[in-house]
Amino acid sequence: MSFLSLQNASLRFGGIVALDDVSLEAEEGSIFGLIGPNGAGKTTAFNVITRLYRLDAGDVVFEGKSLLHAPPSRIVKLGIARTFQNVELFPTMTVLENVLVGAHTVSRFESERSVRAKAQKTLDYVGIGDVARRPAAGLPFGTLKRVELARALVSKPRLLLLDEPAGGLNHGEVDELATFIRTLRDDLKLTVLLVEHHMNLVMRVSDHVHVLNFGRTIASGPPAEIQRDPKVIEAYLGGELEEAS
Amino acid sequence: MKLVPIGVVVAVLVALPFLISGYHQGLATYVAIYFIAILGLNILTGYTGQISIGHGAFMAIGGYTTVLLSADQHWNLLATLPASLGISFVCGLIVGVPALRLSGVYLALATFALAVSVPQFPLKFSKFLGGSNGIHAAQTKSHLWLYVVGWSCSALAFAAAWLLLRGRIGRAFRAVRDSELAAVSSGVSLPIYKTLAFGVSAAFAGVAGSLLVLVTNGYAQPGEFGVLLSLEILIGAAVAGLGSLWGVIVGAVFIGLLPSVAPDVPLIGSAHGQDVVFGLIVVLIMLLLPNGFAGFLRRFEPRVKTTIKSDPKTS
Repeated sequence: MSFLSLQNASLRFGGIVALDDVSLEAEEGSIFGLIGPNGAGKTTAFNVITRLYRLDAGDVVFEGKSLLHAPPSRIVKLGIARTFQNVELFPTMTVLENVLVGAHTVSRFESERSVRAKAQKTLDYVGIGDVARRPAAGLPFGTLKRVELARALVSKPRLLLLDEPAGGLNHGEVDELATFIRTLRDDLKLTVLLVEHHMNLVMRVSDHVHVLNFGRTIASGPPAEIQRDPKVIEAYLGGELEEAS
Repeated sequence: MKLVPIGVVVAVLVALPFLISGYHQGLATYVAIYFIAILGLNILTGYTGQISIGHGAFMAIGGYTTVLLSADQHWNLLATLPASLGISFVCGLIVGVPALRLSGVYLALATFALAVSVPQFPLKFSKFLGGSNGIHAAQTKSHLWLYVVGWSCSALAFAAAWLLLRGRIGRAFRAVRDSELAAVSSGVSLPIYKTLAFGVSAAFAGVAGSLLVLVTNGYAQPGEFGVLLSLEILIGAAVAGLGSLWGVIVGAVFIGLLPSVAPDVPLIGSAHGQDVVFGLIVVLIMLLLPNGFAGFLRRFEPRVKTTIKSDPKTS
C-alpha cells in the first residue's frame, strides 16, 4: 500500500474544475514532484491533502487511513506538515516564536525550555539560527521560506509538503536547495511532496514526477520518462523541459 | 521578566491604603476592578484578535451571581468570587461558539448586542433579579476590605494571565490572531482556542463585575452594567495597548480615575463637561500613542541589534 494517495479526487470551484479525477500514489521515503503549468491544480492538491479544501468526490488516504474526516488542525498531528507558496508566517512574532507555534502539537507536556532548545536547533539545521530573535516581519523572502520550513520540520512530520521552495532563489541557491531537500529526506526519514515551477530542480531531486494540466493528470513516472513525454512537452510548449535535459 | 516595575507597583499598592482616606481607597478599588476587566478583554481582543464591545454583559453576570448567592443563599462574599468566575467562564464559552463564525465589525456588533441586552434581564425577571432597583448583597464591606480583596484579585488575575500567555497557549492565541491559515496548518485548533479565549476573558470580567457590585455597597442594578461600561473597558484596553500585559495598569488608572479628576479641569471640566474632557483625552492618546501605553514602553526597549552576520544560505 502506498504511503499517501489521492484516489479519483475531483474538486470544482463554480465552473472551474480544479482537480478532475486525479489519482496519485507517493511511496514512503520518496521525493515526489508535482508539476504543471500555472493553474494546473498543484497547490489545490496540497490544500486538499491538508484539508483546507473539501473534495467533491474521491478520497485522500495517508498510511492506510482516509483523511477526509480529520479537521485541518489535526493534519499536523497525523504527521503531515507543509509550507506555503507565498509564505504564511506570524508577522508579529519573532522567528523563534514562529517555530515554537510549529511545535504546538508535539510540546503539550514538554517544558518551555526544552521546546525552545528544540526550536533553536531546528533553526540552526535550516541555516538561520542567527536570526532567531528577530521579528519575522521584514526579513528577506528566502529567509522567510526557511523559517516556514523550520516551523514545518519542528512538528516531526513524516510527510513534508513543499510549495515552491525555490521561489525567489537564484541559480546557485537552487543547486544548494536540491542537495538540501535530499539531505532533509535522508536525515529525517521524510517523504517529500514537492510542488515546483523550477523544472531543473524537480527533475534533479524527484524519484517520481506527476504532471497536472487543467486539473487532469497528463503523465506520471520517473523524471527521465516525463522529460520525453510528448504530452508534457506540449503542455509546456517544449521550452523549459529542453533546458532541463 | 520585568521584576523591578512589578516590585514598585506592588510596594505602592501595599503602602497606599495607609496614606489615603476611605473615599480614595474606594476609588483605588475601582482601578483594581477595571484592571481585571481590561486584563480579560486584552486576552480576547489583544491576543486572539476577537473584538468585544460586550464585556459589561459578563460583568453583569458576575455581579448578579455574587449578589444572588449572598442574598438568597447567604454565601460568604469571598466564596461567591470563584462561583462568579466559573459561571462567567461558562457563559463566555457559550458566547464564544457562535462568535467563531464572526469576525471584525460583525463580531463587534454581536457583542455590542450582548452589552445592550443582558442588562435587560433583571427588568424582565424582576421577581428574581430585582428589576431596575436592583438587589443587594446580605453584607456590605469596609473600604479597606474592598481595597485589599480587589487588589489581591488583581494580583492573582495578573499572575494567571501571565502564566497562561507566556507559553504554548499564549502563542496559540497570538498565532490565531496573526494568521488563521498558518495557525491551523501548525495544528492549532481555531474552535478550541478562540472559544477558550472567550471563556477566560469572560471569567476575568465576571470577577470584576462581582467586585464592582461589592464596591457599590453591595447593590447590583442594571444601570451599573450598561453599554457605557463595556465601552470604558474597551477604551481602557486600547489605552493600555492591545496584546501586552504591561500597560494594563495604566489603562485601568486612566478609566478608573479620569472621570473623578476631569471635573477639576478649568473652564470645560464642570460637572457637565467631564465627558468632554474624557473624550478629548481619549482622542489625544489615540493620536499620540496608537499602540497604547504598552507601545509607548516598547519604544524604550533596546533594539535588536544583531544583523544577519553570516549570510544565511538563502539570501
